[in-house]
This record gives sequence, C-alpha cells and structure tokens, in this order.
Amino acid sequence: MSKIHVTTRINGDEAEFLCDAEETLLDVLRDHLNLTGAKEGCASGDCGACSVTLNGRLVCSCLVLGAEADGAEIATIEGMASGEKLHVLQQKFLDHAALQCGICTPGILIAAKSLLEKNPDPSETEVRYWLAGNLCRCTGYDKIINAVIDAAAEMRKV
Amino acid sequence: MALDEYQKRDFKIIGTRQPRPDGIDKVTGRALYGADITAPGMLYAAMLRAPHAHANIKSIDTSRAEAMSEVKAVVTAADFVQGLGDDTQDVIDACIARDKVLYDGHGVVAIAATSRAAARRALKLIQVEYEVLPHAVEIDDALAAGAPVIQAGRRGNKVPKGYNDNCTNWCEFGHGDLDAGFAKADKIISRSFRTAATHQGYIEPHACLASMGPDGQGDLWCCTQGQYFVRTLCAEIIGMEESRLRVTSSEIGGGFGGKTTVFIEPIALMLSKKAGRPVKMTMSRDEVFKATGPTVSSVTDVRIGMTRDGRITAGEAFLRYQGGAFPCLTIFPGAQSAFAVYDLSAVRTRAVNVMTNRPRQAAYRAPGAPMAIYAVESVVDELCQEFGLDPLEVRLLNAASKGTKSSYGPTFDDIGLLATLKAAKAHPHYTAPLGPNQGRGLSCGFWFNFGGNTSVSLNVNFDGTIGVTEGNPDIGGSRVSISMMAAEELGVPYDKVRTIVADTNSLGHNDVTDGSRVTFAVGLATIKAARAAIGEMCRRAARVWDIDEDAVIWEDGHAKPAGPNAGSHQPMSLAEIARQSPNTGGPISGHHEVNAEGAGVSFGVHLCDLEVDPETGFTTILRYTVFQDAGRAIHPDFVEGQMQGGAAQGIGWALNEEYIYGKDGRLQNAGFLDYRIPVASDLPKIDTVILEIPNPGHPYGVRGVGETSIVPPLAAISNAVSRTIGVRMQELPMSPPKILAAIKSAGN
Amino acid sequence: MVKVSIWGSLRSATDGMAEVEVKAKNFREVLEALKRDYPGLGPEIDRGVSLAIDGVIIRESWFTPVQADSEVILMPYMQGG
Repeated sequence: MSKIHVTTRINGDEAEFLCDAEETLLDVLRDHLNLTGAKEGCASGDCGACSVTLNGRLVCSCLVLGAEADGAEIATIEGMASGEKLHVLQQKFLDHAALQCGICTPGILIAAKSLLEKNPDPSETEVRYWLAGNLCRCTGYDKIINAVIDAAAEMRKV
Repeated sequence: MALDEYQKRDFKIIGTRQPRPDGIDKVTGRALYGADITAPGMLYAAMLRAPHAHANIKSIDTSRAEAMSEVKAVVTAADFVQGLGDDTQDVIDACIARDKVLYDGHGVVAIAATSRAAARRALKLIQVEYEVLPHAVEIDDALAAGAPVIQAGRRGNKVPKGYNDNCTNWCEFGHGDLDAGFAKADKIISRSFRTAATHQGYIEPHACLASMGPDGQGDLWCCTQGQYFVRTLCAEIIGMEESRLRVTSSEIGGGFGGKTTVFIEPIALMLSKKAGRPVKMTMSRDEVFKATGPTVSSVTDVRIGMTRDGRITAGEAFLRYQGGAFPCLTIFPGAQSAFAVYDLSAVRTRAVNVMTNRPRQAAYRAPGAPMAIYAVESVVDELCQEFGLDPLEVRLLNAASKGTKSSYGPTFDDIGLLATLKAAKAHPHYTAPLGPNQGRGLSCGFWFNFGGNTSVSLNVNFDGTIGVTEGNPDIGGSRVSISMMAAEELGVPYDKVRTIVADTNSLGHNDVTDGSRVTFAVGLATIKAARAAIGEMCRRAARVWDIDEDAVIWEDGHAKPAGPNAGSHQPMSLAEIARQSPNTGGPISGHHEVNAEGAGVSFGVHLCDLEVDPETGFTTILRYTVFQDAGRAIHPDFVEGQMQGGAAQGIGWALNEEYIYGKDGRLQNAGFLDYRIPVASDLPKIDTVILEIPNPGHPYGVRGVGETSIVPPLAAISNAVSRTIGVRMQELPMSPPKILAAIKSAGN
Repeated sequence: MVKVSIWGSLRSATDGMAEVEVKAKNFREVLEALKRDYPGLGPEIDRGVSLAIDGVIIRESWFTPVQADSEVILMPYMQGG
C-alpha cells in the first residue's frame, strides 16, 4: 500500500510525514510526529480531548484525515506556550486548579483559546456552550469556567 | 482503641493553595499518560471481541491471521494457566473468555502485529464458531425461575433457599426490633427503586506498554490506580514472581474506581512474552464501555416508619444488585451504608448479588452506597411531605452523631454530619425563593473511607531540598497535598519539596488509590517520614554541638538546643544540617511504612434546585450546593474539586447516564454520543462549603473526601424532581421521557 | 472475654447468635478464636474480614489491642473506588 506524502506546518514549524489514507490527523500527530499532547478519548468526535486548530478552525483531530493536513497550518497544545512563558489560559488553569487528572486539559485549552480569539469577552453561558464539546469527568467544569473567564479578563487588559 | 493521632496546631502551609508539581506538564501537553509512550520494536495489540451476550465458543481458528507476516503473536484463554484463586481467576476470565462468552464485547482472541492497521486486518481473518445461549442482562430476568445460569457452580453458600444459581452473594445487617419500631410509626411508606448501571466515564481509555524478556523479567507501563495491585494480579496470572515484574504507573486520565483492576495488562504481557517484543495495547472507547467495569445496577425495596413529629422509628431495605457475569461484593457496602446517616433503634438491610450477562463490575466512587442511600433518602423525603415537615429539620432530628450505633454496627466517634446539616440550614441557598415548575431537593451522603498499606520515603538532599517518594498514582492533586504536609512538618517552604510517584521496584507496597485513602494514609506516612528525618537531623545537630541528642528540639525548620543547653548554640537550619550531612554520617532520609487504620467516615449534604419543563420533561439544574466534612482541607482547591466532580457525576447518574441493552443482550450505547455524561452547558455553578471536623486518626485531622460527594446527588435530584412534578420518582436516570410519563400518569 | 457482634448473614455459623464471646486480647486473637469456636466462620474470615474496634474499622492489623469492654464488630473486608 503506498503512503501519502504530506507537507504541513505545525505550531509554526514545517513538518513532513508519510501516512496511510485511513490515518487520522490524531494518529499522525501521536504516532508519527510524537506530539502526544492531543489525546484520544473516543475517536468519534464526542470528547474533544484531541482538539487542535486547522487553519485557525477548532477541530477534533480524530475526525480529520492526516492527508487533509497537506498545506495547512495546525496548532496543537505543544505550541501554546512561548518558550518558558505560559499562555495566559495555561497560567489561569493552574491558578484556578482547573484540572484534576489533566487528560482533557490540552483539548480544553485549545478550545478555550479558539473561543477567546473569536469572542474576547464571553459570558459564562457562552463559555459553557463553547466548551460543551470537551468532556471533563473530574471537575464538574466549575473551575474550568472560572479560569477561562479570568483569562479573558486578563487578556483584554493587554 | 482510642485514636490520638490528631493534635491541634496552627498551620503555615496546610490550607493554602499551592501550585501542583505536575501542573506545567499537564497544561503544556508534556505529561505522559498510558498511551503516550513507545518502545523500540514495539508491536500493536488488538482484541477480537464477541458479538454475543452469552455463547459457547465451539472453535477458534487463527491460522489465517497467524499466516500474516505482520502478526507476531496470538493469545487466547488457552495461553493462561487455570486454577488461580477465585478472585484472580475471575479477573483474567473477565479479560478473555475461557470457553464461554459471558457478555457482549467479551475478549476472545488477542493479536500483536507490526502496525495498528495490520492488527485490525488480522482480527478479520479469525474464525470463531459460537453456540448462542439464552441470556439475562436485567436483574429481574436473572433472578427469575428458569433463568439461564450465567456461570455454574457460583451460587453463594449464604444465599437463602428460593434464590436461583445466579445468586452469588448475600448479606444482612442491622439491629433492634423492627416490628416494635414499625408499631410506633404514625406512617409507614414502602417503595421500590431502580438505578441503571453507569460507567465511571474516565476520559482516558485503558492503555499499557508491556515488555517481557526471555530471562523472565518484565516491565509494564500502564494507567492504573494501583501499580502494586497490577503487579500482584499480573504476576499471578502470568505465573512469575513479583520482583521480576516492574510496573510503572503513567499519569492517569481519570479512574473513579474503574482503574483498580486490570483489563488488558495481562493480555499485553502474554503477547509480549510470546512475541519477544514490547507490545502496546490501548482500548477504544467502545471497548471501554463494553468490556470494562461499570457500576452495578440495582433494585431496592425500602420501608420506613416515622412519627408525625418526624422521628424515624424503623427502617428496612432489601437490595438486589447485579455486578455482571461474576460474583460481586458491592452489596456489602450497599447494605451497610443504606441507613448510615441515621440514628436508628431498629434497622435491617438484606442484599443479594445476581450474575447477569454484563461486564464484570468495577468499583465506582463509594461503590454500592449511592444507589442504596438514594432509595432511603427518597422515602424519608416522601414521609416529610406526608407530614408537612421540613426535610432538613427531619434530618437534624434523626442524624447519626457521636455515640450513635451505626446501621452497620460500630458506634460512631466524632463525625461531621450534624455540623454539615447545620451549615446547609444556615446557607442562603436553603431559603432562596423558587419559581413555577421549580423544586428543591436535598439528601445526605456517607462513605466509610479507608487507610491501608502505605510506604513513603523522604530524602533530605545535600542542598537542603526535599524529595518525597510515594507509591499512589496522583488522580486529582495528591502530590501537591503530600508536598504540603512534608513542608509543614519539616518547617520548610513548600517549593523546597518535590513529590514523585514511584514504580513498584522503587518503594515498598502501597495499596490502590481507592477508598479516599491517599491524602489520609499517604499524608500520615509522609508526616511520620518527616518526623523520622527530623529525629535524625536533631541527632546530627547534637553531635555537631557535642550535646545530648535528647536536648535538641525541632522548630520552624531548625534544630535548637533545648533544656539545660537552651541558647548555648545558634539554631541550625535544615539546609545547614543537610549540607554538613556527608561529614556527620551520610545522607539523611526518613521513611515510614504502615497499614493505616482510623480513616474516619465522611458525611455530606447536597442541596439542589431545578426546573422541569412540563412540556418535554427536561430537567435543568439551576443551583447546586455541596456541604462536606473534610476533617482538614490540606489543599482547599482540590477538596472543592472532589466535591464538585462527585456532584457532577451524580447529576449525570440521576438524569442521563445508563447502560442500555437490546433484546439481544447487546449494549446499545457504547459511546459518548449515546452514553451522555454531563457537559459544561448541562451544569450550573456547583458551590461548595467545606466543614472541618478533625479526624482523630490523622495527625492533621484529615478525612478522605473523594467518594462521599457522589452519594447525595441521586436522591437530592430525585427529591427535587418529585416535589416539582408532584409524583414520587422511583427510577434513575430520570430522562425526559420518564419524567413526562410520570407527569402524565398523575394527570397533571 | 470479649463480645463480638456478628453480621446477619453469618449467624448461621454461630447458632443464630448475634453476639458471641471469645477470649482474645487483639485483632488476630479475636479472629483465631472465632475460627476455632465457630468453624463455620472460617471460610469468610479466610477470605478477608475487618473488625470495627471501638468504632474504628481495622482491616488487617493483627496486634490492634482489644479490651474486655471494647465494642468489637465483625465486618466485611472493605474496598473502595
């Protein structure tokens, strides 16, 4: 079976890989590029643990084929901090204890960042509905919502 | 036995909110979970699972799969020795079917191949011939006369006459004269309640990487709540000595009890043994739902008598639980806890476990208690309505307290239930106005909490920093709490301490992260390990000062001369003692090994306001407040997190979540789309009120907080719905069609 | 002698008695005396049981002392989630 050659940009860096036609972007990120920050919770687009952005759009990487990444810009959790400096959302998640086991955290951070890029001042309800595609089983979401709203306020100051 | 561990003191670090040591890794994607590592030459495993609820396996033909060059190992039940102890035999039999398929999704053949795709292709080449048998997946069907026998020879010897061969376990608890108690009641209500099986729903599917060498040594990396228990089980199943198998726990993506046993680990080890290469095995979400343990489903009959002024005179319950195709002990904590929040002179619970064609249940947060207490708290609520009594006042009147003979036998010591109820009564939530189609419900909750076997090592590094090594996977912030307790006891700043979770060969045995035991038991061992290190540091200082070691005390991170030598030398800091340690006798460490007892029971009260749409039967939770006794909240953020997380799971259980089986006995909703756990937009803010009634069994007063919070939501929500629609709900989940049917049945 | 309460479903092994008396001064001796005096309890005790001694649940610790006036309750071995 011949593989597909894909050239893409991930977190600003050029990346190349060979993948099978059936492999998802999540498989590629995790198995070929060793970017294991995106997690597989369901492989059916229901849990959001594999959230990344593709050309700026929030997607479940388990629902995107690896081949579709050709020529695209992909952003994953591994690119969220700049060097030693955490993104405001990452810092606020720590400050608010918005994670327990942490498996959903990369996906929720990517989704929240995507929300704040579209809507810098979301209401609590807007945050809850935007994040409704990202399952968390540990926290009951309370501290996550607080962290996102606090991060939004901080980012508006800058 | 008097518990005298607790000493009142002023804390510097305990009760503050420190950053967790694993935080940066978890917000940057660097943290490594079960599926996140690889090994050179690694193979990928896949499991063929049966498409029947109950069937004899007539034959298995793997020859075509084995002929594929990419396939390096094939494993069936025939590869495993039999005749292990009952419990361990059940564990492996639940992973891979011996000669009979016991549930839809039961493993039959496992393959290891050079790629995921090849493993999947190989599965399609395997031929299995089944003889399909009649099945039973519901409690009533499995209990019925003439029901198919799920596993022959497993009927329990305590099960009374009149129950069939599927009944594996039986228990009875209680005290007092029931007839006399009921005779004193002004009203007796009897009801029967049902709860569906729910899954723990951890977002991380089970995953492991197994590596066995021809020398008989093995390494296993896996997401688990207890690496030592995984080692014990796998060593017995594979037939190797424990020291030859090193198990390392990865970061764990949720467990809630569901990762206290093994589902894939022995299979991966056997594949690796046969292939001579490392094997990675991960479950899909579908496999997690079908072939790992959900909680039990239940049918509970409750009968309670009350006087018109609200005193409960007698209580009785009969619990029927099914825990899948194997014997199951969850009826015990269920029957023990059903009435545990009340001070009763006459109480009796009886319970039976019945086998069904479902996966072997696994523990789920306070296993057995939520469904039993839901039934009892529902009837108490109805009695309150009957007499027009305030349900919180009735709880205050009947609450268990110090000196109460509990429904399961022992007399309670200091417990926090009354304080928790009083806090709920005083909270503005309890008297806030309600609108049309809205109602308020409340329920108490209880869990035992455990201690258990625990080892902790604490090293004083030469530069004056501290390394703590513990052996319990950190499932919700335990490393930070343990570091805080070490820092508090030693008198050093929090950031001088780093706590790590060790593999099985680096530290003595630690029981599974369960029973809300970690902050209690590992915390206790850490404090005592710190005290052992302090003792050694005082001895070192005494030698430097050339004074008697008894004349040295430890204060605020310093050794100080005391008694007749007080003031004779400058206090010596921990950092100074550490730096000099090569000259004064070598490295300094403290360790502590204990089977911790005295965990201290935990109580909670939940208040819930909700609105029911009379047109659709859809319920919206409007306001939710959790009151719980934490003994001492080491890190309040993570105590609140446990309270909120348990409440959210309970809300899902009450309103949405259930295992749905078809007539063919196959699971219909093995995915997050159809098995809907609460999402952010389903829930309101969950407020928390932490009570601190110190546990006399812990030096800082800690009680476990992890489990109690899932107990009250079931009845709190059911009571609120019942009051809103004017019909007593008796079945969970209360999905919109069921609520709508209840509204219609009442003609409202 | 120490009084030990027996939970309901085990009373078939104690001639129906809800409370039995044994000679023991710690956890281990209580269980050994129960097995000796009431052999029907043996299998359950060997499977694993706990004792609540004066309100504290002891799962395994043999040498936990028991006094003549202690409240001693035989309990199932407990597991959590």
